[in-house]
Amino acid sequence: MDEILEVLPMIGLEVEDIDDPAKRLSAFRVAEITKAERHPNADKLQVCEVNTGDETLQIVCGAPNARAGLKTVLAVPGTYIPGLDITIKKGEIRGEASFGMLCSAAELGISDAHDGIMELASDAVVGSGAAAAAGLDDPMIEIAITPNRGDCLGVRGVARDLAAAGYGTLKPLDFSDEAGSFDSAIQWSVETDEASACPLVSGRMFRGIKNGAAPSWMQERLTAIGQRPIDVLVDITNYIMFDIGRPLHAYDAHKIAGDRLVIRNAKQGESLTALNEKTYDLDDEMIVICDENGPDDIAGVMGGDRTGVSESTTDMFLEIAIFDPIAVAMTGRKLNLNSDARYRFERGLDTDGPTAFAGYITRLVKQLTGAEASHLVTAGAGVAPIEAISFAPSQVLGLTGVDVAKERMVEILEILGFGVDTSAAESWQVTRPTWRPDIHGSADIIEEIIRIHGYEHLPMLSLPRDEMIAKPSISKLQRRTNYIRRALVARDYVEAVTFSFMKDDDAVLFGGGDESLRLANPISADLNMMRPTILPNLLQATGRNLRRGSTDLSFFEVGPVFHGVPADQQFHMACGVRQGRGRISDWRHDNEAVSVFDAKADLLNALSAIGVSVDNLQITNEAPDYYHPGRSGTLMQGRTILGTFGEIHPTIAKHFDIKGACAGFELFFQRVPAAKDKGPAKPLLSLNSLQALSRDFAFVVDEAVSADALMRAVKAGGKPFVQAVNIFDVYAGDKIEAGKKSVAITVTIQPQKATLVDAEIVEISDKIIASVAKNTGGAIRG
Amino acid sequence: MQSLDALKTELLGKIETADTPPALDAIRIDALGKKGVISEQLKSLGAMPAEERKSFGAAVNQVKQEVSDALSAKAAILAKAELDAKLAAEAVDVTLPVPSASLGRFHPLSRTIEEITAIFADMGFSVAEGPDVESDYYNFTALNIPPEHPARQEHDTFYLNADESGLRPVLRTQTSPVQIRTMEASEPPIRIIAPGRTYRSDHDATHSPMFHQCEGLVIGTDIHMGHLKGCLIEFCKAFFGVDELPVRFRPSFFPFTEPSAEVDIGCSRKDGGLKIGAGDDWLEILGSGMVHPKVLANCGYDPEKVQGFAFGMGIERLAMLKYGIPDLRTFYDTDLRWMRHYGFMGHDVPALHTGIVG
Repeated sequence: MDEILEVLPMIGLEVEDIDDPAKRLSAFRVAEITKAERHPNADKLQVCEVNTGDETLQIVCGAPNARAGLKTVLAVPGTYIPGLDITIKKGEIRGEASFGMLCSAAELGISDAHDGIMELASDAVVGSGAAAAAGLDDPMIEIAITPNRGDCLGVRGVARDLAAAGYGTLKPLDFSDEAGSFDSAIQWSVETDEASACPLVSGRMFRGIKNGAAPSWMQERLTAIGQRPIDVLVDITNYIMFDIGRPLHAYDAHKIAGDRLVIRNAKQGESLTALNEKTYDLDDEMIVICDENGPDDIAGVMGGDRTGVSESTTDMFLEIAIFDPIAVAMTGRKLNLNSDARYRFERGLDTDGPTAFAGYITRLVKQLTGAEASHLVTAGAGVAPIEAISFAPSQVLGLTGVDVAKERMVEILEILGFGVDTSAAESWQVTRPTWRPDIHGSADIIEEIIRIHGYEHLPMLSLPRDEMIAKPSISKLQRRTNYIRRALVARDYVEAVTFSFMKDDDAVLFGGGDESLRLANPISADLNMMRPTILPNLLQATGRNLRRGSTDLSFFEVGPVFHGVPADQQFHMACGVRQGRGRISDWRHDNEAVSVFDAKADLLNALSAIGVSVDNLQITNEAPDYYHPGRSGTLMQGRTILGTFGEIHPTIAKHFDIKGACAGFELFFQRVPAAKDKGPAKPLLSLNSLQALSRDFAFVVDEAVSADALMRAVKAGGKPFVQAVNIFDVYAGDKIEAGKKSVAITVTIQPQKATLVDAEIVEISDKIIASVAKNTGGAIRG
Repeated sequence: MQSLDALKTELLGKIETADTPPALDAIRIDALGKKGVISEQLKSLGAMPAEERKSFGAAVNQVKQEVSDALSAKAAILAKAELDAKLAAEAVDVTLPVPSASLGRFHPLSRTIEEITAIFADMGFSVAEGPDVESDYYNFTALNIPPEHPARQEHDTFYLNADESGLRPVLRTQTSPVQIRTMEASEPPIRIIAPGRTYRSDHDATHSPMFHQCEGLVIGTDIHMGHLKGCLIEFCKAFFGVDELPVRFRPSFFPFTEPSAEVDIGCSRKDGGLKIGAGDDWLEILGSGMVHPKVLANCGYDPEKVQGFAFGMGIERLAMLKYGIPDLRTFYDTDLRWMRHYGFMGHDVPALHTGIVG
């Protein structure tokens, strides 16, 4: 058992779960009731003496079937009862001591039967494990089957793989033909638009069926894999499906109108009620099976309610069909109808099934129902012959690096059912078995060989090093993402990763809402449109953190946004949002609330980090309307918008439940043109040996004059001597004329060729003042 | 007139008791100023006979020197005392708090992507990209997943509204379409990784509708499964920083690789904790395989001439395992408390030479 669990995953059959009832139920033992008497104080209870093998216990039991001589299942105090979810204790029931519990199958959690305690065979050994005595010692292994392995959707396929891997031998099943004794009253007729939709179908009529419960061995096997036994006819079809992976369909022959079952494309407007009692509307791409009254089976997906077998069925027509897996898959998807049959049909079935399995299945039906079988009736244009694949055995080494002996290759392929003709040394002719429609070419054959031979034989080789010292793995453009992230983290920002989709209403608030970016099948109405910007996600996160009691937040994200479906309208951007003071308060600082200027500083800093000389950018006071209209701006390089920044519009902030100051920025860093590659050397540093000097000016200008315009005017006027312009105070108030502001500036003047004499400095100052007057209308404050 | 000795004793006594720089300065002026007592003594020299003048002059100069030295010495003492007093007055409560660490944090996902990139960069990989909103062709068909393929159903694909031609773009369910885009745009040899966002319509404790994958693709003329195994084992060991990490390759199925392999790493589980390394259990960590000949052909390559391998790994899963993050959903929640705990500080940029294991 442990070996099988080891080897299954190593041949590609992943073990999902193991249920070993013997282990799970090991605490439960076989015990014999030696005496059972009416409880003195309760009519429905009995006081039993129970032989455990070691001792005799008194147990109070309420089951009607508790009687002397019965061997049943005992749980001693301290045992966990799965069906009741309790651990039983010594107790006293209406004055009588009870030292344990006699259990029903429901209490063990193995079935729904709770009409009495379990009745074990009279030869069960008292004191031995109850699971074994109840025939429950067969562990169940649940395997995840990959979509290519339809052949392993039956136990036989798994057994074949195990045998190939050297674990056990595949027992031969008797697939010989079984002759019928009369002519079937129902014939097949394949009339599909494409012959390939149903290349082969067989059917057989059974009459004189005694339907009823299936034999216990079949019921137990079905129960063990979680299938509920129904009646012998249904159970046989289920059993065959899990045994050899073959879905069948059983018609009640008396319910079929006429003497023909026609397989054809459905007609537009037709519908049928399937076995699940739901009604499905069909279209002409779906294949159905019809009698004179119309369709009553969706081929390969689900049978119809009208003609299916029931417990009173005496005559049955049993279908074994091959349908086009693609047609089955598409039909199932369109109808949103899943079934065990569809699962197998769409993964590809053994194409020999309709004929090769008929004998095996017929004998089982006859044996279990006492029926008489008709001759086999078949129809269909036939399954396309399987073409041999030319296979060079040297490819195994070439593709896997494993040198597998040729004899071993042949051995593996043959045990898996392949035909191998090795007469041409480097061009073997390999024919796949009928049950492996997933095998198409050499690569598939190589996989079969190497998976059975064992992946543990794969060599471990390092990739050849083309360069001893690896080249950079990211381009200079990709590097921007890293630089921006690092720059923002250095400014105390915390990085977020939020969903690429958001609520459509929010997308519209932030300039998005293009219907082409709406999700057709969103996971919720809050996540139904691709985001046009990251800002709302960060605002939402800010609101959420505030509700959790965190304050003074700074979040950023670098990630994809979507302005359209074409690849060039999907791009990456960076966004940041600060709230409150944006950082943890510090007793040394004023702890001012964040403002448009914090957002601006963050934006310029991030741009500097990717090599943009921010002094040459233009700033306008226009910005999208989710910002404060008077406290926001746009950063332009020529006509290209590189970023926006500002305080968040109070209406938007309220929408996201944000209290306190809130500012943010958007950075479209992918719009920054690539820098010319000038090599790593920086331009030579030439320091002017002449000492720079500074002069302060206070200009009175109209309030509308921007700082930017004023500084440009100063620079222009003092060319080429003005090295730096720094604003150190801005004042507007009662000390100056209404509508004006006073801007105090320090100008750093760098002498160029010789020290400047006083007269020259005065001359430069005058030029600066003149330039300010000309360009901004400002004047020196008197 | 006092004797010279008495004068000296008096002046030195005054200097000794002076307690502030101004007091000391007053003494200096009284003694050595133009009209100071010592200056007066020197002035008296002129009226003396030559011999007496000589000896008396020497004596006065001697006193002047001693007084001057005493003044300097005392000035230094007073200056030090004054500075000491000033510094004492400047004392602060040094237990007042200061920001002891930077507050910025990198997200564990971007950190993990940088770690993955650093390792594969050393093996000669470069980083490729592709769009998140993909066409059905790149996400499925080119990867040998035709419309009817059962694998499609396992992808829980998000679709966008259909365009004019009726085609529905998808949110890529995997980073594998970057394989196709890379092969279409370049000639072998190829060695790329493609980390990025992926989407599946699944939302519960262990699934997020958006998550991250990292694709890998190596194409050459003689790249085989041994290279795949070596490359991924080296990656796993470097990423988790465990030299003796058991790595297991199991056969599996992906439509775009043949043969295919799932890769497991060793682990042990004790008391609810998970430890990566030699142990009694395995953890599935990534999927891989040799690129399917049909995929190569779809990209215009000749499968007879070139071959290679591809792999894909879940970045969240790698981050959760490495950094002990228990809940997938917390990655996208932007909870400041979570970020402070699981995030990475600004100085901590992963690089092979400084180490990538925290």
